[in-house]
Amino acid sequence: MNDTLEVALRLLAVFAVFLVFPLFIGQAEHKVMAHMQGRLGPMYAGGFHGWAQLVADGVKFAQKEDVVPANADRRVFQLAPAVALLPYLLVLVAIPIGPDNAVGEVVDAGIFFVLAVMGVGVLGSLMAGSASANKFSLLGGLRTAAQLLAYELPMLLTAASVAMAAGTVSLPGMLDAFEWWWVPWQIVGGVLFFVAGLAELQRPPFDAPVADSEIIFGAYTEYTGLRFALFMLAEYAGIVVLSGLTAVLFLGGWHGPFAGELGWLWTLLKTLALAFVVIWLRATYPRLREDQLQKLAWTVLIPLALAQIALTGVVKVAIN
Amino acid sequence: MALDDLAQKKSGWPGSGLAKGLAVTLRTMTRKTHTAQYPDALPELPPRSRGVIGLFEENCTVCMLCARECPDWCIYIDSHKETVLPATPGGRERSQNVLDRFAIDFALCMYCGICIEVCPFDALFWSPEFEYAETDIRDLTHERDKLREWMWTVPEPPALDPGAEEPKEVAAARKTADKLAAAQAAEAAAAAAPGPSDAPGEPGAPGAAGEGAPS
Repeated sequence: MNDTLEVALRLLAVFAVFLVFPLFIGQAEHKVMAHMQGRLGPMYAGGFHGWAQLVADGVKFAQKEDVVPANADRRVFQLAPAVALLPYLLVLVAIPIGPDNAVGEVVDAGIFFVLAVMGVGVLGSLMAGSASANKFSLLGGLRTAAQLLAYELPMLLTAASVAMAAGTVSLPGMLDAFEWWWVPWQIVGGVLFFVAGLAELQRPPFDAPVADSEIIFGAYTEYTGLRFALFMLAEYAGIVVLSGLTAVLFLGGWHGPFAGELGWLWTLLKTLALAFVVIWLRATYPRLREDQLQKLAWTVLIPLALAQIALTGVVKVAIN
Repeated sequence: MALDDLAQKKSGWPGSGLAKGLAVTLRTMTRKTHTAQYPDALPELPPRSRGVIGLFEENCTVCMLCARECPDWCIYIDSHKETVLPATPGGRERSQNVLDRFAIDFALCMYCGICIEVCPFDALFWSPEFEYAETDIRDLTHERDKLREWMWTVPEPPALDPGAEEPKEVAAARKTADKLAAAQAAEAAAAAAPGPSDAPGEPGAPGAAGEGAPS
C-alpha cells in the first residue's frame, strides 16, 4: 500500500513538472527572445509583465474548431499530436533530479530507454506529415525524416561515449560515477548531443522541417486548436527533456556544492541554463538550409562524435 | 590579392562569427528595450509634430489663401461682408469679412502643412494632438469650434538656436522702444538742464507700453 502511494506521488510529481515546465520555458522564450530583439514581449495577459500569456494562448487554442481535412487519414491525423507529446512525458519519468534515486522510476537501461522513447516523439511529426493530405505537410514530414536519420546517430554515439565513461547505462548509476573532470573530458560530446537534440526537436536554427516561411508549418500545417497546441507543447516539453538529459549526462546533474540537500536545485539550474541556451540560439541564428543541415550532421557531427568515443576509450583504458 | 586580404580579415578563428552573433543578442538583452508602450505611455513627440491643425480664428481675415493652396481641397470657408461704421465722425464706412464657416476635412488632409505656411496672419497652427480617430468618416471634418479648441493644445514655439537672428517682430519693437527712450531721455535732459540735475534714469514714460520692452 505504501509503495503504491509512493509510486503515485512520484508519477504525480513528474506529471506536474511535465505540465508546468514547458509553459515556463515557453514564457521564458517569449520574454528572453523579445529582450534579445530589443522588445518587451507580452505585457498584458495576467497583469504583471504578461506572465499568463501562455495560459491565454491555451484558452484560445481550446476555443478553436478542431478541423480534420476531408482527405486526411483521419485516425492517424488525430493520433499524431499524442504520439508527439507522450514520449517526452515517459522520458521525464527516467531523468534523475537528485541523489539517492530521486527519480520518477529507476530504469536500469535508462539511457537506452530515454533515447529510444525520444525517437518515438519524432514519429508524431512523420504521422502528421503523411496523414494531412497536404503537400507542405508531406514536405515537412520528409524533412523531419531526413533530419531524424542524420541527427539520431551523433546523439546515440555521444550518449554511448558517456555510458562508456561511466561503465553503466543507468542514468542514476552514471551520476553516481560522475567526477568533475568528466565535463572537460566529454565536452565535445556534450555539445554534439545538445546540437543533435536541437535538430531532433526541430528547433531553430534546425527548423527546416517546420520552416514557416518556406513550407507554411511543415507537418503541422493542417492542425488547428488543441491538437496544434499539443504539438507546440511537445516542442517545449522536448526542450525540458533535452536540457535535462544534457545536464544529467554531460554536466553532472545534481553534482555541485551541498549536493546532498540541494541536488535537485543543481539539476534545475543546469536544466534552465541549457533551456536558456536553446532560446538564445533561436534568437541568434538564421535557419540552416536543408543541404547545410545534412552536411553539418554527416561531415561534422558524426566524425566528431566518433572522435569523442575514441578519446573516451583511450582515456578509460589509460585510467584502468 | 585584395580579396584574399579581405577574406583573411573576416575569418578569424573558426566559429568567431557564431560567437559574435551570440554576444550581440546577449548584449541586446541587457540593454533597454525600444518598445513604445503607446496606449499606456504617451509618446514624446518632437516640436512641430504634425498632429492636427488648430485655427486661431481671431486672426483669420478670410483671405482664403489656405483654401486655395490646399493640394487636396480639404478646407471649407464661408464668409460674408459686414459694414463697419466709420471710426471718426464724417469718416468713410469700411467693409469687413466675417467668418461663417471654417472646416478642415482630416479624412482628406494629407498633413502637408501648406495652409499653415501660407497663412499671412498666423491663424493656423500645428498641434501635436493625434488621437482623434472617429468611427464615422464624416466626423473627421472638424468645424470651426473644434478647430478653435485645438488651439489650446498648440505648444509654445521651440526656442531659437543660440546665435540665431533676432525675430523681425522683436527687432522692430526694440527699435521703436529705443527710439522712444532716446526721445524721452533727450526731453528729460532738456527739462533738467536749467534746474538742479536729477537722476537721469527712469524716464517714467506715460502710455505707449510696447510689446517688445527694451531689455
